[in-house]
Amino acid sequence: MPTVTMTVNGMERSGTVEGRTLLVEFLREHLGLTGTHVGCDTSQCGACVVHVNGTSVKSCTCLAAQADGAEVTTIEGLANGSDLHPMQEAFREHHGLQCGFCTPGMVMSAVDLASQNSDPSEHEVREWLEGNLCRCTGYHNIVKAVQAGARAMGGGS
Amino acid sequence: MSANGSGIGASVKRKEDTRFLTGRGRYTDDINLPGQLYGYILRSPVAHANIGGIDTSAAAAAPGVHAIFTGSDMEGVGGIPTGWLIHSKDGSPMVEPAHPALALGKVRYVGDCVAIVVAETREQAKEAANLVDVDYRDLPAVASIEAAEANGAAQVFDEAPGNVCYDWEVGDRAATDAAFENAAHVVSIDVVNNRLVPNAIEPRAAIANFDPATSEYTLYTTSQNPHLVRLLLGAFVLGLPEHKLRIVAPDVGGGFGSKIPHYAEEAILTWTAGRLGRPVKWTCERIDAFKSDTHGRDHISTAKLALDADGKFLGLHVTTKANLGAYLSTFATCVPTYLYGILFAGPYTTPAVYCEVKSFFTNTVPVDALRGAGRPEATYLLERLVDKAAHELGMDRVEIRRKNFVREFPYQTPVALQYDQGDYDATLDLALDASDWAGFEARRAESAARGKLRGIGISTFIEACGIAPSAVVGSLGARAGLYESGSVRVHPTGSVSVFTGTHSHGQGHETTFAQIVSDMLGVDFDAVDVVHGDSAKIPFGMGTYGSRSLAVGGTAIYLAVEKVIEKGRKIAAHLLEASVEDIEFENGSFTVAGTDRSKSLGEVALTAYVPHNYPEGLEPGLEETAFYDPLNFTFPAGTHVAEVEVDPETGEVEVVAVTGADDVGRIINPMIVDGQLHGGLAHGIGQALLEECLYQDDGQLQTGSYLDYTMPRAADLPSFSINHNTTLCTHNPLGVKGVGEVGSIGVPPAVINAVIDALRPLGVNDMAMPATSQRVWQAIQQAQG
Amino acid sequence: MNDFTYHAPTSLDEALAALRGGGDGAKLIAGGHSLLPVMKLNLAAPTDLVSLAGVPGLGDIADGGDSVTVSAMCSHAQVAGSAVVQARIPALAAMADGIGDAQVRNAGTIGGSVAHNDPAADYPAACVALGATIVTDRREVHADEFFQGMFATALADDEVVTAVRFPVPARAAYAKFANPASKYAVAGVMVADGAAGVRVAVTGASGDGVFRVAEMEAALGTSFSGDAVAGIAVSSDGMLSDTAAGADYRAHLVTVMAKRAVEACG
Repeated sequence: MPTVTMTVNGMERSGTVEGRTLLVEFLREHLGLTGTHVGCDTSQCGACVVHVNGTSVKSCTCLAAQADGAEVTTIEGLANGSDLHPMQEAFREHHGLQCGFCTPGMVMSAVDLASQNSDPSEHEVREWLEGNLCRCTGYHNIVKAVQAGARAMGGGS
Repeated sequence: MSANGSGIGASVKRKEDTRFLTGRGRYTDDINLPGQLYGYILRSPVAHANIGGIDTSAAAAAPGVHAIFTGSDMEGVGGIPTGWLIHSKDGSPMVEPAHPALALGKVRYVGDCVAIVVAETREQAKEAANLVDVDYRDLPAVASIEAAEANGAAQVFDEAPGNVCYDWEVGDRAATDAAFENAAHVVSIDVVNNRLVPNAIEPRAAIANFDPATSEYTLYTTSQNPHLVRLLLGAFVLGLPEHKLRIVAPDVGGGFGSKIPHYAEEAILTWTAGRLGRPVKWTCERIDAFKSDTHGRDHISTAKLALDADGKFLGLHVTTKANLGAYLSTFATCVPTYLYGILFAGPYTTPAVYCEVKSFFTNTVPVDALRGAGRPEATYLLERLVDKAAHELGMDRVEIRRKNFVREFPYQTPVALQYDQGDYDATLDLALDASDWAGFEARRAESAARGKLRGIGISTFIEACGIAPSAVVGSLGARAGLYESGSVRVHPTGSVSVFTGTHSHGQGHETTFAQIVSDMLGVDFDAVDVVHGDSAKIPFGMGTYGSRSLAVGGTAIYLAVEKVIEKGRKIAAHLLEASVEDIEFENGSFTVAGTDRSKSLGEVALTAYVPHNYPEGLEPGLEETAFYDPLNFTFPAGTHVAEVEVDPETGEVEVVAVTGADDVGRIINPMIVDGQLHGGLAHGIGQALLEECLYQDDGQLQTGSYLDYTMPRAADLPSFSINHNTTLCTHNPLGVKGVGEVGSIGVPPAVINAVIDALRPLGVNDMAMPATSQRVWQAIQQAQG
Repeated sequence: MNDFTYHAPTSLDEALAALRGGGDGAKLIAGGHSLLPVMKLNLAAPTDLVSLAGVPGLGDIADGGDSVTVSAMCSHAQVAGSAVVQARIPALAAMADGIGDAQVRNAGTIGGSVAHNDPAADYPAACVALGATIVTDRREVHADEFFQGMFATALADDEVVTAVRFPVPARAAYAKFANPASKYAVAGVMVADGAAGVRVAVTGASGDGVFRVAEMEAALGTSFSGDAVAGIAVSSDGMLSDTAAGADYRAHLVTVMAKRAVEACG
């Protein structure tokens, strides 16, 4: 069984996995990082989105072995101590979450958008979120939160 | 009650959010117990078959496998019960077949639980399940209402001839018939309410544990109502006393009705954990969720409306056939009856209403409540019919509604309900204004210039929330009460823990309930925490569904706070050497009326726990519990307006604007209330345009994943215009009504009415849900054919 | 998902050796966005997966003057965001920007897409319409010969796509009608006007995968306008049919998308 080593939320983490072990399984079951969720098995819902080498990917459609040597950031690695990341803060401020299950993937996806576009339009946000399903919010407040979070990131960092 | 920065009426940011935003929520699948094994549920791949035999030998020999149990192992364990006994027109009770947790001799739908395979790892359990050899001897299947009622149809249950579970009615048939005899106009409609898959984004999961030292079972499960699961699982299925069965529903990732029922998997897991003496964990894969989470809706209806020459409604006659699926899920039987037929007065004064509902067993996933549960089905039919009446009579769509509104309250409908309060004109006016209804024709012309067909649609509706009171629902067949409990514990230094029997899975109870308590007790919002979801911590509860949590659960908390204040006055009176009658409580202080002598809640609380100087005969401590059984339903109401643009070349429908004008009673947290409306609207638009669960004739699910069941995405929806007009509920002290289901109830007919409005110039006068691009294109082709 | 041996070769030769060593059960994995989903549903169960991620030289986009060469491991996002592609073949950049969702575009690759040849994938239409050449470890194959029906290509079992070379057209555009649930193409039409004349390639619609519409190409050769194709119906025979789109509707959408692609060419 292969050993994988990756930098997760700034810390080097290793583990012995099977070839078929998915990145999300490695994160949740080997590292106990249960903030990343699994909501489907067809790469559609986006609850599992994390960053690998700085871009958002669906960790349910990535083998742990494929992330060997990579820099991985999960929702647990976004805040700076007790200070929420600007995107997390924007979701809180704009009520961009209800049950919270899709939220980690939604936030990680939004941060990736914001890193490319510091002032996305409503249309751009809605298109970008194609890979993130939410059943609670109707997306209304998520869109507002992503726009505000992107602006805050652009201004803040 | 005074609004302050965090009190009633303030858009307080949610207490829940920090943990959810930082990945520190604790959902069922996040929980791992020492020594846990993994269970995989082997499901039937066929819709209807006798089981000739099950050979588990190869699976049992597979790596890591601890045990395999099938129906025969669980024989003797109770079946999964249903919560509501419906009686047919002739007085006979519904047919209520046994529902074994693991199929016994026969499978009845694709997804029926056949075996549990328990292994060291999730993958081992799943791989071994592939080795279980089940001898399925196929039987003909009935996968739709039409198939179920056909002559010579296959029987899902021998004891249900014609696959009929019950044939129910409500209203006065003779009076309704008479109304039609005297009518100037009769307008008829046939509608299908499309079957939906709930699709909470968190799949169901459970972990069961048995502690032999205490003989105690613990089940962590994705439930909207842990005490209800305890009641059904303990009393009916496993025969366990309540004090030996603890149900924990931790953070739950959305429910929408699909996490109300007590599911077979919960019984299988708990029983298996007891057999093995080790924790057993199960997490549903999405592909299995499609074929095991209860589905919603699935009605076929025909209805007619009698009107006088001026467009005044005289009578309504509704005939509905409902699909219950293969077994009776917890609330399956009441959804198409007592949550449906009694809604048909709507906001209108129709003097005679009659509704009959025949419900069928089919070889499909059991059907139960889904956001709105019966009320969206009724509202859709009624608002489609009213629009059709306006069209056929040449009346304005708004005016026909206004002409028939109920304006005097309380109003007794001909179908059992008594509306306590409302102002339907106000929400209608608000919606017309906010949607710029009057300016629509200019927008239609602008769209036409771009080659698009624009339409606008409206729906005016009421709903009934917080189903109650217990004595009445009991007389109608409910097997449980529909009250709620709330406990308020003021700690010695004045912080507060609130315990509610409702369950929050997105609704923000931890925030809303804390606002109420903080406001009433005058304590800091941050000093109040709300506890829910654990049968070991909460006295009792009926859970969260039917938009009941605030109206019923919130009121229970309110009453418990009043008891706390009442006791506090006694303590304060003693400390202040005044009479109890002279003690007033405001802003967290007990004051002797007309003086500046007072004691803070904190001082009173400390005294209650350190009762050195204390009223004689009074119990120490400052904790109170209230059970609240409402006097009536609550009746939120409103108007929804949808505006769409149709691409006539492709048939694509784009929702360009949605306006809600709602009366949901007093609003505790506007931010949360608007969020609930947004979510409901998205769900309703999903039903109207995108979502449809389809079965093949042989009972195979055609839309079994997100690759072919369309979930609403961000780009499918517009931003929403949310507007409020408030009338207070008259029979609960907070004046609250309910909001969780409003959007999914009100908006589907508005959307479809808008699509028809857009297509009328092409000669299209009817449209089924969902109005997919293909369906719209076909309708255009036919109209122009 | 069945377990397998994961290989992470660091050269093309190592990759080929691993692929051959694994025999029939060996498969290449690039971004994994075609392969892993089918493996998770147990529709494929390879014994060996050979990753191309560590093979050098597969991540570039090169401007060759009258062509643009996109190396096999370029992600859809990379193609969409490439200044070279945006400048030389904007239709290709726009098409790549419309594949799947943002996360799929970040991981999915052009090489994986063409090698998989999903009948609803976008790249086959772009390759055929633009007259691309698929470059492998051993040869070059024109797109017309490369795509051989649903999930079938000219690739040998041990052959590796290394790049796709696209001739720069005078004008081109892609119009897609997506399945509302999966977002895969129901009818995706790439129209290109280049050195080889006008080519119209359709994906998503046919059970045989990507196909060209000769009648439309001829009409556009005479008059390059939306109206020229608006009246040309394609036969629904052999069209895919599912709950979102029956064969008749798909055939209709091919015409509408072709017209819109032509109009988008400007």
